[in-house]
Amino acid sequence: MFWKLRLPLALTFIVGLVPIVTFFLSTQAPVIGPAVQFARDRVERYMVIIAGFALLLGVVSVVQGSVRKIERRRPGWPFAASLLAGLVVMGAFGILSAMRVGPFQGLLTAPDGGMTPFFWMTRNLFNPLQAAMFSLLAFYIASAAFRAFRVRNVEATILLIAAFIVMAGRTPLGEYAFGWLPGGERWLPAVTDWIMTVPNAAAQRGVIIGAALGAASLSLRVILGIERSYLGTTEK
Amino acid sequence: MGRGEWTRRLAAGAAAAGLLHLCLAQRAAAADAAASWYDPQRVGAPLVVLLVFSALVLYFIHASRRGRALYIRRIAGIQAIEEAVGRATELGRKVLYLTGAGSIDDNQTIASLAVLRHVAGLTARYAVDLDVPGRDPLAFSAARETVQEAYLQAGRPDLFRSDTVHYVTYDQFAYTAAVTGIMVREKPAANFLIGAFQAESLLLAETGQSTGAIQIAGTAEVTQLPFFAVVCDYTLMGEELYAAGAYLSNEPAMLGSIKGQDFTKAVLILVILVGVLLEILGVHAIKDFMAIAG
Repeated sequence: MFWKLRLPLALTFIVGLVPIVTFFLSTQAPVIGPAVQFARDRVERYMVIIAGFALLLGVVSVVQGSVRKIERRRPGWPFAASLLAGLVVMGAFGILSAMRVGPFQGLLTAPDGGMTPFFWMTRNLFNPLQAAMFSLLAFYIASAAFRAFRVRNVEATILLIAAFIVMAGRTPLGEYAFGWLPGGERWLPAVTDWIMTVPNAAAQRGVIIGAALGAASLSLRVILGIERSYLGTTEK
Repeated sequence: MGRGEWTRRLAAGAAAAGLLHLCLAQRAAAADAAASWYDPQRVGAPLVVLLVFSALVLYFIHASRRGRALYIRRIAGIQAIEEAVGRATELGRKVLYLTGAGSIDDNQTIASLAVLRHVAGLTARYAVDLDVPGRDPLAFSAARETVQEAYLQAGRPDLFRSDTVHYVTYDQFAYTAAVTGIMVREKPAANFLIGAFQAESLLLAETGQSTGAIQIAGTAEVTQLPFFAVVCDYTLMGEELYAAGAYLSNEPAMLGSIKGQDFTKAVLILVILVGVLLEILGVHAIKDFMAIAG
């Protein structure tokens, strides 16, 4: 009970108060200033260290899950095999290069000025794969926009008209299409800016204020030990 | 001294500290900033809002614990959770749950874990497969603990497997590729996308939509909310995400905190309206007071 519940709750209370208290305290104060600076810096650093250990747990999980999938020939096991191969090859080259072992001298650039194997794989395999995934977003935005802008009711119609004006006002094509209208080069950007800075910003701020209060309320529940689902328990 | 009494005293203490702060703030204006033990540029509106907010939340927690009935509005997305898990049970397919890109220091992740706990309890009760692919290592560890505990509490620890919550990768688009692959190959009946999401939100939600899954999303990221609202069946917007855990737990203390939050919002709306009115009249007192330096 002490190790699983009381100690984590006590630590949460103390660590949760640190950013709140240090936000208001001055780093220039004679006695507490250095302590405030120390707390501000260290909490962030400790987070990175703890995340490093947790990442190790993650790697173990990936290896265990993939090996099990391959052993039992579960559907999609070749994907697990390619994941393991990627993890081993990239991981090995990355670690050897970072530690400068044998011919692997340097993480990104070799002593002769060329690319290291690790950097070559990052640049020619990993980055293009990332870019391919990201580029799919353009197609998904088009299909999502089609669904959002279908005229079903009054709200959807207003959304369609607003979106049409904003898209026309923010693209050269819109300027070309409506520039011939009297004053077209002035009113289209002006209406676009008004839509973005007045109704759009007002709606966004409403959500932001609500979310900020929600986050603060949750933080208070966590600090006071009322919300404890993140500990994996709801025990009293 | 009981817990209720402590809460009452904390609320009273926070309110008293608020009054004390107002007196201190007046004195601090005259004091030399460098010699002050607190930052005079930050001790203004933030501290007042913090103290008023804390006092209201603690008061309503106390009132709720004393048996006062509090009305919390119905949130459609939360009500649909059981329907989504029920659908997965009928179809004999898995439930996919994503906790987002945030780490454990992100409030959205903590809120997501509270919902995950409830979802895991339901999947354990209905004996449905649950799949939680992890992205952030710390959130992954916490999610595994949460799900394991939920299965234990539901009386079905035998259903929990180590690969129920499994790690994928920290990289944004590698993770997206892996999860969309799971969606397309294994066709989960219900997808939960709850937490902090970035550019991957639409890729995930649109893929899930194309597989015919019922989708419940929740985030406080304003830039991603429109994507979820368009593509998903239900969306928990901003504060609804943070309220979800409290709403699902039905605990008086949790519900009290939501009520306190709502009252603070009402106070802030009033301050904004008065501020706008005063600005129109050329009085900048509220705007100046609410400005935060540094």
